[in-house]
Amino acid sequence: MSDKGSIDIDYLANLARIELTDKERELFSSQLADILGYFEQLNQVDVSGVEPMAHAFQVENVLREDESVEGFDANTAVEHAAAKRNHMVQVPKVVEG
Amino acid sequence: MEYEVVIGLEVHVQVRTKSKIFTSVGVGFGCDPNTLTDPVVLGFPGALPVINKEAVEKSVKVGMLLQSEIPEVTKWDRKNYFYPDSPKNYQISQFDQPICEGGKVEIELPGPSRNVMGEHKWIELTRAHLEEDVGKLNHFDGYSLVDYNRAGTPLLEIVSEPVLHAPDEAFAYLNALRMLMIYGDISDCDMEKGQMRCDANISIRPAGQEELGVKVEIKNMNSISGVRNGLAYEIERQIQTVKAGGAIVQETRGWDAAKNVTYHMRFKEESHDYRYFPDPDLMPVRIDDAWRKRIAATIPERPYDRQRRYYEDYDLPFTVTSVLVPDPKLCTFFEEAAKACGKARQAANWLMNNLLGELGNAGLSLSESKIKPAHIAELVNLIEEGAISKNIAKEQVFGTMFETGDMPAAIVEEKGLKQSNDTTELEPVCQEVIDANPGPVAEIQAGNDKAINFLKGQVMKATRGKANPALVDQVLKELIDKKG
Repeated sequence: MSDKGSIDIDYLANLARIELTDKERELFSSQLADILGYFEQLNQVDVSGVEPMAHAFQVENVLREDESVEGFDANTAVEHAAAKRNHMVQVPKVVEG
Repeated sequence: MEYEVVIGLEVHVQVRTKSKIFTSVGVGFGCDPNTLTDPVVLGFPGALPVINKEAVEKSVKVGMLLQSEIPEVTKWDRKNYFYPDSPKNYQISQFDQPICEGGKVEIELPGPSRNVMGEHKWIELTRAHLEEDVGKLNHFDGYSLVDYNRAGTPLLEIVSEPVLHAPDEAFAYLNALRMLMIYGDISDCDMEKGQMRCDANISIRPAGQEELGVKVEIKNMNSISGVRNGLAYEIERQIQTVKAGGAIVQETRGWDAAKNVTYHMRFKEESHDYRYFPDPDLMPVRIDDAWRKRIAATIPERPYDRQRRYYEDYDLPFTVTSVLVPDPKLCTFFEEAAKACGKARQAANWLMNNLLGELGNAGLSLSESKIKPAHIAELVNLIEEGAISKNIAKEQVFGTMFETGDMPAAIVEEKGLKQSNDTTELEPVCQEVIDANPGPVAEIQAGNDKAINFLKGQVMKATRGKANPALVDQVLKELIDKKG
């Protein structure tokens, strides 16, 4: 993500863990560039005097009391896992880190 | 060349709550795999997180214990990365508006010997932020299994400034943090259960150099001594590498406690670009004055403040405070006993030298003890009043009290252990001992004062320990003088 309006599509694909065909690279590059362009447009709005905010709504302190309920049973939790064993999700061996 | 070591620690503490940080499913350790999960924990489509108030309050409490700034508003961000321990490919964490900023921790370094207190110093903190814990990976031959029970447990990451300079300092810092968490009822910080975990950033630089050296991150140090050993190894490795003309590379290394070495895990270039952004599902939290005041009212005295108070108010030695202070329940017990009898040092000695040992032998905790502060206070008073000797208290009262929970005065009464303070009873016994032992008596008359101890021993034996030693001494001397 170097120049304004352009995007490092290979870097992004790697972060998203997806493989792209050449055609897709071209297509997504231009679509993402459009999105960045749109943000450029937003950047031109004069926001001096507006406090930065994390949300569009001024809602705060949506909290719940600390009360616990039962969770899934062991079968339900892994029902949709592509691979499972002993009620756990099985994944290719990953290096701890 | 002399090298200076620079260490910064990232400590993760699980904040004790009943339910997870963003959903109501329970938290726990050692449960059946994946039973502490629900749609929020597993990141199912459409699931919405809601913040646990208790997790926020306890984190603010930690901030106050650490003397951090608690900003008015705190918010949560998504930290994006792919790893199987994170069920939704991002972790809800805090990026630019953490719940605690800055802060400091008082630590105590090891003294020149175990009986002598070491130097105290303050370790500056960068921040502490509240996030969700991730799942646990179990590695097998050729595959890994993921248990998401731990995922979503409230986790406070406490980050120190790079201001630690030795493994002993890191050790002292972790102990101090743990004490604060226990005092604040935040966590038991049992590292074996993963309630407290620690990663370290460590570098070396030639002494006097301003610029920091290349830093290496160490992971998997699963005990407080593991941290000390891991750091000690890594410092030596870095120094030897540099001395041999090599260079330190920025990398993440793991600590292998069994082999006592650190090993390469990954290079820092492979590290993630986390693309933090505000979590759109979670609203910011504002901690107003009223809320702050309510939490501030629950902040206990800090451990080393208590230690200073014990020195000043009770004149306790370090050997005693070093046992009492880390354990707030023991401290409360001690203070109640001290208050009830007014003799703090004696009360502390009974706890340290007798009660803790008995509890240890019986495998009991302090809360299971039948001996309560009132027992200790009464026992101390009985000795002070001269009703029983220390020996009788130790040999014949304490054990019974420990087993039955009977009050010491009642035990003394029942066993007929009351020390004899009546000289009319004592005189005939002393006279008998004097008559039976002309040798020692002659020695005393010749000026060897120590020989009286033998006679005293004989009197104590004859009275089965019930005589008041000071009184026996007095009576023996009078009778020998009279004889002389």
